[in-house]
Amino acid sequence: MPDAMFTAEPDLLFDATRDGSSGLRTEEMLINMGPQHPSTHGVLRLLLRTDGEMVVEAVPHIGYLHRCAEKIGENVQPYQFIPKTDRMDYLAAMNNNHVFSLAVEKLLGVEVPERAGYIRVIMAELNRIASHLVAFGTYGLDMGAFTAVLYAFREREYILDLFEAACGARLTYSYITIGGVTFDLPDRFLERLTEFLDYFEPKIDEYDRLLSYNHIFVKRTAGVGVISAEDAIAWGLTGPCLRASGVKWDLRRGMPYELYVRLDFYIPVGRPGGGDIPRGVVVGDCWNRYFVRMQEMRESVRILRQCIAGIPAGEVRAKVPKNVKLPADEVYFEGENPRGQLGFLVVGDGSPIPWRVKARGPSFCNLSITSHVCRGVLLADVPAIIGSIDIVLGEVDR
Amino acid sequence: MTPEETAGLIGSAFPDALADAPMDTLHPAVGVVAGRWHEVALFLRDDPRLRLNLLRCLSGVDRIAEGRIELVYDLMSIRPGGEGEAWSCGVQAAVRIGVPRDGGSLPSVADVWPAAEWHEREVYDLLGVSFSGHPDLRRILCPDDWVGHPLRKDYVFPVEYHGIPGSTEFGQRSPRH
Repeated sequence: MPDAMFTAEPDLLFDATRDGSSGLRTEEMLINMGPQHPSTHGVLRLLLRTDGEMVVEAVPHIGYLHRCAEKIGENVQPYQFIPKTDRMDYLAAMNNNHVFSLAVEKLLGVEVPERAGYIRVIMAELNRIASHLVAFGTYGLDMGAFTAVLYAFREREYILDLFEAACGARLTYSYITIGGVTFDLPDRFLERLTEFLDYFEPKIDEYDRLLSYNHIFVKRTAGVGVISAEDAIAWGLTGPCLRASGVKWDLRRGMPYELYVRLDFYIPVGRPGGGDIPRGVVVGDCWNRYFVRMQEMRESVRILRQCIAGIPAGEVRAKVPKNVKLPADEVYFEGENPRGQLGFLVVGDGSPIPWRVKARGPSFCNLSITSHVCRGVLLADVPAIIGSIDIVLGEVDR
Repeated sequence: MTPEETAGLIGSAFPDALADAPMDTLHPAVGVVAGRWHEVALFLRDDPRLRLNLLRCLSGVDRIAEGRIELVYDLMSIRPGGEGEAWSCGVQAAVRIGVPRDGGSLPSVADVWPAAEWHEREVYDLLGVSFSGHPDLRRILCPDDWVGHPLRKDYVFPVEYHGIPGSTEFGQRSPRH
């Protein structure tokens, strides 16, 4: 800091740090945030150029978790690649298995049995709730509300128990696979799922009272990091980040896959303040990105109840030989993950091993808008913005 | 709109910009000449019949036997519905561009779809294709001092990187204690 700062009149000092209009010069400082920082949700490094409390420029540096999963994908057979998809977005492993399986099934022309389709949607929606619970809890942590995460992890535990009962794993499932799912549901699974939904649904109101409408939380997130609908589309944002900007677009509705065409659910979008939305909230801000996820949990519960009512008996896996030769063709398939549209480009060349597997991670695209949004915000708003985008670095870096 | 119709629209606006690309696949894409890509991209985004506003994915595929790297752009047009209704997908299209493996380059479309900025950096990093006019073309996933482009089919994994043992043709190298 220049010496003049200490001798200046208090008013002048205030003006100088605000906008520099008094002629006093503040020095720019480079701050390295991460890669080991609690609010970067993993190994993300941000290089911030700051002018006092203001961020002039934010440059994200990624790749700390890069394992080149795509290179592995072109050295193994598709069913062997499914465990690698678990490790991309590890908070939504079921959804990753699902989208990759659908892509390969499209390439092979495999029809999935109806019961398997229902089980897949049940698992995908349960995982969506589990993933949004982590987003909700850790976002509370980022904003200094330490209670939320305890509730979020308590509820998530029930979901992980259900997953464990179905496939034995609690984080990396590899349960949904090419042609269906690996095992049928265990005994009493649907009853336990119903019990969980009856228990969980009123809890969402509790979270709203605890965090969503908390005055301090609203102050920290409302009107912060606003992304317009045009910007969101231009930067390739998808999922809750896109919907929070007022774009009512969901692949499950827009280009339905699996059974979603039969299921009835509402697509929550960002709304301006007023009515039951806190004052100061604008479309596309951090609060809306957070709140869209809270509403999506309710919609997932609705979808799950419809699946429980409609699930038929039958086979859970189509007959797909393990050593199946992939046709010399190419598919691109996208599905709606908790974080947005996950896409896989699978290129076959007539051998059992794909020529190329490309993953389009929603976190990767959503994160790319960071430097655009973080320009000119307060330093303390950077964790609010990063947290609201809800990235998983395992998928950003692949 | 079918891919043939999309190709027809591009062809009527830029007759010399179309390149050969197979259409009878599960993922039909319009072939475009690398040098004309920027103008075509602007047309795809702004033409009222297309309005492809969302760049979903950019994939690079190493076609080593043909000596080129193929870039596949997946695009989509999402449009608002009525008041309170869901948005819908108007047009889907894919574009396929081939560039030579050695010194291949094509115009960047980061100014057309800002989403392309990171996708292009990824292709540059992993496949070694350069994008002219890119605002900040540097490696994104691999470290800045990494040698080679890992997704090329003739890529050789390094034996060592800053003292970290890599692998050899005999498999994983045993760590030195």
